[in-house]
Amino acid sequence: MEILVCVKQVPETKDVEVDENGNLIRDGVDSIMNPYDMYALETALQLKEEHGGTVTAITMGPPQAKEVLKEAYMMGADRGYLLSDIKFAGADVLATSYTLAQGLEVIGLKDGYDLIICGMESTDGDTAQVGPAIAETLDIPHVAYVSSIEESTKDKIVVEKDMADTIEIVEFSYPGLITVTKHVKQPRLPSYKLKLETQDREINTLTFDDLPDDDETNFGLKGSPTQVEKVFPPDDDIEQVMWDGTGEELSDKMYNELKELKMI
Amino acid sequence: EDEREAVNKDEYSDVLVFAEQLEGEIHPVTYELMGKGRELADKIDQELHVILLGHNLTDQTDEILAHGADKVYVYDQEELHHYNVQPYATAIEDCIKRTKPTIVLIGATSIGRSLAPRVATRFRTGLTADCTILDVRENTDLVQTRPAFGGNIMARILTTRHRPQMATMRYKVMEPIPRVENPTGEVVEFSVSKEKLETRAKICEITKKPDVESIEDADVIVAVGRGIREEKDLEMAQELADLLGGKLGTTRPLIEKGWTEHKQQIGLSGRTVRPELIITLGISGAVQFVAGMKNSENIFAVNNDPEANIFDVAHYGVVGDLYEVLPRLIEKIKNGENILAS
Ligand SMILES: Cc1cc2nc3c(=O)[nH]c(=O)nc-3n(C[C@H](O)[C@H](O)[C@H](O)COP(=O)(O)OP(=O)(O)OC[C@H]3O[C@@H](n4cnc5c(N)ncnc54)[C@H](O)[C@@H]3O)c2cc1C
Ligand SMILES: Cc1cc2nc3c(=O)[nH]c(=O)nc-3n(C[C@H](O)[C@H](O)[C@H](O)COP(=O)(O)OP(=O)(O)OC[C@H]3O[C@@H](n4cnc5c(N)ncnc54)[C@H](O)[C@@H]3O)c2cc1C
Repeated sequence: MEILVCVKQVPETKDVEVDENGNLIRDGVDSIMNPYDMYALETALQLKEEHGGTVTAITMGPPQAKEVLKEAYMMGADRGYLLSDIKFAGADVLATSYTLAQGLEVIGLKDGYDLIICGMESTDGDTAQVGPAIAETLDIPHVAYVSSIEESTKDKIVVEKDMADTIEIVEFSYPGLITVTKHVKQPRLPSYKLKLETQDREINTLTFDDLPDDDETNFGLKGSPTQVEKVFPPDDDIEQVMWDGTGEELSDKMYNELKELKMI
Repeated sequence: EDEREAVNKDEYSDVLVFAEQLEGEIHPVTYELMGKGRELADKIDQELHVILLGHNLTDQTDEILAHGADKVYVYDQEELHHYNVQPYATAIEDCIKRTKPTIVLIGATSIGRSLAPRVATRFRTGLTADCTILDVRENTDLVQTRPAFGGNIMARILTTRHRPQMATMRYKVMEPIPRVENPTGEVVEFSVSKEKLETRAKICEITKKPDVESIEDADVIVAVGRGIREEKDLEMAQELADLLGGKLGTTRPLIEKGWTEHKQQIGLSGRTVRPELIITLGISGAVQFVAGMKNSENIFAVNNDPEANIFDVAHYGVVGDLYEVLPRLIEKIKNGENILAS
């Protein structure tokens, strides 16, 4: 089985701040693999253990995103590809998914992959849109929010997806894409042995010039229909009142306010 | 100034809302989308349209009209009976091609978040995820505001060069549209050929989740913490919850004592809630707890320590002994007293 896992490098913490120009302050914040992507990778590794084949990890990001591929090696991925170019910078979901899909052609998987696995969402942009958008770009089926792999053979897979009101069982023949939740498999820890074994293993970098599409306007900021106009802290100057007094007074105040709010 | 090529915005008009339905029942997010959609459409002097997909849809169509849609585009086809992402995307694509809306709104539900990106990709247009605030400019540009980084920052996002502009909107943040007296909307029937609706993904089985008593769905929560001295005192809190038609939530230490259950836990390692009203009783407001409830609409906190962290997030800080306040509040609600505002 040829399995491709999309992994994203994200800031270690969600407690990010915004500078006076409305830019995210990323300096001094450590990066990690998007937690959901560890579940994606684990799912891929287990499918490989069952059916053979290779697991390829792919990421789009700045040069330092290479680290996330090293992490993937330490968990057991066979190959790693970094899509990195100044022309890819500023990508929204459309441009990101397009670039990742283009990468497939170069990696040699365009006609020969079975399954693509993504995390259900990232912890920074957290749109949950990249997986479905890749599937659409490649014109293959996708199942989002996969919570368990029910059955898999060399030709098809049966998965359970966890929707808000229903649980559904979906089957498709390859190729296809799934995005996984944290219920799917418990990720293994990165192994020290694999770290030593893979420390010299190549990480392949692909730039704009390596991709089949030579129209720059499909990538990065230029290829992004959405523009982030401004980032700002959430409005936390909430209106607050503090009351003190006797139990009688306080219960009066609460009662009145609850009535005002039409809660009673 | 952005010099990249842009579409002719005048070729697109009206707001299109995707009506989500499951087994014939319209998902309530639909009426919220319609409420916002109506407001946006009025502001640019355009119409509110709704697209409804499924099979045997007469009742649902009437329901949508009763809520004041100007037009309902109905795709009543067996293949669309149950949600399946590719055929659904194809039907929406068809509708967008025929009607050229300037704005398309879809619920940020598990269906919408998976469906909308496929549709947006087909038009190579922008899709803003999980919006909590939407507004529109005179030139029909949609101003989309959404939380990211788990709510730690907000981003304002525009799609100025492409049409339609697409957004998914979070459930339970906008007002649902009220019913109208005399609906005047029009029903337009469309369909797509069977071949176009084919997909390799086969839905084998659908199980409706049991309606578990989940505190996530509760509109009112009374949350208890270690300020509760004895297990039997929980009855008092439960009584308040019952009177308000709400559910009992808890901090982690009470679960560790075995007084309350896991499924009631609010916080980082429990459930995230955003009810209309939450009253915390004897809770200090540890970050792990607050993470799970800080987006609630009205937060009342009762705590006898004026320095307690919970008061940083509470809209109404009640500094006092819960044993003094609670029994009296319960009595007052029971008696339905009319107390003069002091
Ligand atoms: C504050 C903020 C808000 C934003 N809002 C929007 C928006 O509303 N619409 C929009 O189009 N863009 C938006 N973006 C841009 C968007 O975050 C980026 O395009 C990002 O590259 C992909 O989106 P995501 O992080 O939401 O990924 P998600 O779709 O949440 O990620 C899901 C999965 O896709 C895969 N994946 C995602 N990115 C990569 C990658 N770079 N490399 C490899 N695999 C990947 C991973 O498997 C991941 O688990 C926003 C960015 C910021 C900073
Ligand atoms: C990794 C991790 C995850 C965690 N996840 C969660 C989680 O998901 N949810 C969670 O709740 N906790 C979680 N915790 C625990 C959390 O840190 C706090 O310990 C916990 O929330 C405190 O609960 P409390 O407010 O009930 O108790 P306390 O902190 O002991 O607060 C009791 C409060 O009651 C007040 N009080 C006492 N008597 C009265 C009275 N008579 N009248 C009025 N007020 C009174 C006191 O002033 C005090 O402020 C987690 C901790 C860790 C390390």
